[in-house]
Amino acid sequence: MADGAMTNDAFVVFDRVQKSYDGVTLVVKDLNLSLPKGEFLTMLGPSGSGKTTCLMMLAGFETATHGEIRLNGRNINTVSPHKRGIGMVFQNYALFPHMTVAENLAFPLEVRKLDKSTRDQKVKRALDMVQMGAFAGRRPSQLSGGQQQRVALARALVFEPELVLMDEPLGALDKQLREHMQFEITRLAHELGITTVYVTHDQTEALTMSDRVAVFNDGRIQQLAPPSELYEAPVNSFVAQFIGENNRLMGTVTEMKDGICVVRLDSGDFIDAKPVNVSKVGDRTQVSIRPERVETNKARLSPGAHTLKAEVLEFIYMGDIFRTRLKVAGHDDFVIKTRNAPDQVRHQPGQTIEIGWLPEDCRALDAP
Amino acid sequence: MTDQTANGPMLAADGTPLKQSLNRALRRQKLRAFLLIAPLLIFVLVTFIAPIGDMLFRSVQNDIVADTLPRTVAALSKWNAESGAPPEEPVYRALASDLLIAVAEKTHTQLGTRLNYEDSGFSSLLRGTGRDVDDMGEDVTKALVAIDPIWDEPTTWTNLLGEPAWVSAQADWDKAGGKTAEPPFVLSPVAQQNLPLTSAAFADFARVMQTVKNDSPTEKRPWNTVAIGLTEDLKANPAAAGAFGTEWQPALSAIVAAAQMGTIPAANFTAAFTESDKAWATPQPWSIIKIFSPRFTSGYFLNAVDLKMTADGIAPRADSERVYIMLFLRTMILSLAITGTCILLGYPVAWLLANLPPRTANLLMILVLLPFWTSLLVRTSAWKVLLQQQGVINDLLVWAGLVADENRLVLINNQTGTIIAMTHILLPFMILPLYSVMKTIPPSYLRAAKSLGATDWTAFWRVYFPQSIPGIGAGSILVFILAIGYYITPELVGGAKGVFISNRIAYHIGTSLNWGLAAALGSLLLIVVLVLYWVYDRIVGIDNVKLG
Repeated sequence: MADGAMTNDAFVVFDRVQKSYDGVTLVVKDLNLSLPKGEFLTMLGPSGSGKTTCLMMLAGFETATHGEIRLNGRNINTVSPHKRGIGMVFQNYALFPHMTVAENLAFPLEVRKLDKSTRDQKVKRALDMVQMGAFAGRRPSQLSGGQQQRVALARALVFEPELVLMDEPLGALDKQLREHMQFEITRLAHELGITTVYVTHDQTEALTMSDRVAVFNDGRIQQLAPPSELYEAPVNSFVAQFIGENNRLMGTVTEMKDGICVVRLDSGDFIDAKPVNVSKVGDRTQVSIRPERVETNKARLSPGAHTLKAEVLEFIYMGDIFRTRLKVAGHDDFVIKTRNAPDQVRHQPGQTIEIGWLPEDCRALDAP
Repeated sequence: MTDQTANGPMLAADGTPLKQSLNRALRRQKLRAFLLIAPLLIFVLVTFIAPIGDMLFRSVQNDIVADTLPRTVAALSKWNAESGAPPEEPVYRALASDLLIAVAEKTHTQLGTRLNYEDSGFSSLLRGTGRDVDDMGEDVTKALVAIDPIWDEPTTWTNLLGEPAWVSAQADWDKAGGKTAEPPFVLSPVAQQNLPLTSAAFADFARVMQTVKNDSPTEKRPWNTVAIGLTEDLKANPAAAGAFGTEWQPALSAIVAAAQMGTIPAANFTAAFTESDKAWATPQPWSIIKIFSPRFTSGYFLNAVDLKMTADGIAPRADSERVYIMLFLRTMILSLAITGTCILLGYPVAWLLANLPPRTANLLMILVLLPFWTSLLVRTSAWKVLLQQQGVINDLLVWAGLVADENRLVLINNQTGTIIAMTHILLPFMILPLYSVMKTIPPSYLRAAKSLGATDWTAFWRVYFPQSIPGIGAGSILVFILAIGYYITPELVGGAKGVFISNRIAYHIGTSLNWGLAAALGSLLLIVVLVLYWVYDRIVGIDNVKLG
């Protein structure tokens, strides 16, 4: 669950924040979150999960219905957006179309009443930082999507805010450009030591860029953890399902001992799993196994481990990996991924094989 | 399947040039597209462009003088208006000949109306003289009758001057009682050759009798100009008396003798016209006729800018007659004021429309469009009720103690009334384009500006407002151009001080029937609008106008 610990060096704090638009339903339910200075935090979740609302509350465009948002120790609930000094990159960049790139960047400096030479110097530095120095005189409409993205980033950074918010900034870019910009943004954020709150619904983006990821669903943070932990140790079935590819099997706990539980699947087969969200024998559970952690070579499994019979339905050659779809315990959407190595077996459809896994790779989570 | 020949054009697979091939392939498509717009195009051409073109053409068209007074116009060409003296006798005589025909055809009143635009009093002058022109030169006819009573008989003239075949045909027609088509008068060649003045005058008379009065030339004694022509023909060419055969010789010879004796008085049209109206003795009416004799005139346009054409060139009109420049200026200034108030009032409404939640915005939109659902006349009449001195608004102000009962505000029948009522009527034309432009400005711009540190006002003024300018431009052009040509509202609530140039145009079309001036004013209005449009394009740029 959310990291509720309020450390003293927390830079951004959401303290029991709730938000409702219509007075009937809560869009954000009891949000507690604290960010240390310099952290890159991503809010990840499906649309309607409340992540953008959180960002807007932080930026000041929405007011919290209940609770407190603190920035640098100060309650900013009633501070108007222009006084918060938070840089923001918008989904559609929101570059002012009637101003040139340089004018766009000078805008935040102008309203801060900096003199012209300082302005020019800062604009130039910010543009050079995103390698857009040559485009200062252009209008946003004369730039490509990636260039606009860089300008938007430079504009959010030019007045040297300590906190930068990004609302799905890479959504409109193609895959290659997106990957490049992911790298650029994290590099800049770390070089400048800015605290960043990044909103996205793209899990790859979240995993590759962030120090920590907050997975949102249904107005709550489901898990707040570094990417590796999020992927390898999801705390509930939503996170397991939302992050990465995942195989689900439904069953009931029949035995629990030494941190391992035995689950009887609905098909009658028995498997070993690591209990995460189950507490006692008889609990319904959804077990979750990552496709790449499924073992087809029996020799690598511990002796006495439970195995399952699987029928190969489909073999897909994907270059670096093989993706094999199996029918396991009545589910025909069970996928395994194997590395394309010289000694790797290429399973043929129709073949029956035996699969198993290490108990700690198979997590017994809550049954949704 | 194309081929580039050595240095010729690109060729299609069959060897024809690619361009030609493409044109052929597209021709069908183009034709179909054209056929789709053809009905509208024809409709607009026939019912709109052509009539308006014709109407505007009237602003320079001036056929009536040349058509009604052809002889006078020809005779006047030798006269110098700057001499300060009235023209010579032949001009008066030519005018008499023209007027005889014009009076019979009743075109002299139209001519009078036309020339009255240029010189008031011309209409009554022509009417008065038109009544008298029939009797001018009466003494010549009387002298002829005194010499020989046969000249009092209409048939004497027809028999003398008409072609024998026509004479008998006309006699048959007379006998039949005028049931069939009248045989058109034909001059006898002998008469034409020997009595040219007589023939010409009589031919006019016969034509007028037959076509205008639908009567027989054998029933009425011809005009005095015919008798005058006969006297002068015979005096100039006595031998003509013998050209018509023995039965005419005595009568004609008697006239020759009398003319040589001087017993027949010489026709004096100068005196006759002067007697009819002293104005004819001055150069003034003649110079008017001469100035406006060309078939095309700039007179209407000069009139439309408070100038007039005189013998000395173009001169300003008298102070009391100067109205149009003032009206044009008033139309411009009031239209600008209306556009300005529309921007001031419409901008916040459009902003609300674009930013409210859809359900509320729809309701507001209906309220904005509501005026379109009621008749323009009803709305304007409502303003009459509201704005008059004993009206609702004044009553409220008096009741609230803001205005003393004896100082009730004059809100109607002046420019205030025009501005108030027209702002109300034209407001939707400002709101709608503004709204559709504002709708396309994403709210994230304002948010971005605020997140960058701009206050609400700076964010609006530096970021939102510049992006809404195309909407203001489109709305302003719509409102201004509609306002500049507005008619019904200024007419009803404008009083004397709040009317527009279009009210004057309507007056000239409907009441004074001076269509030429109306067309000139309309053309000027069109030109003014086009010039303003051009200026707008230069300053703001027409690509900077968006309707959505």
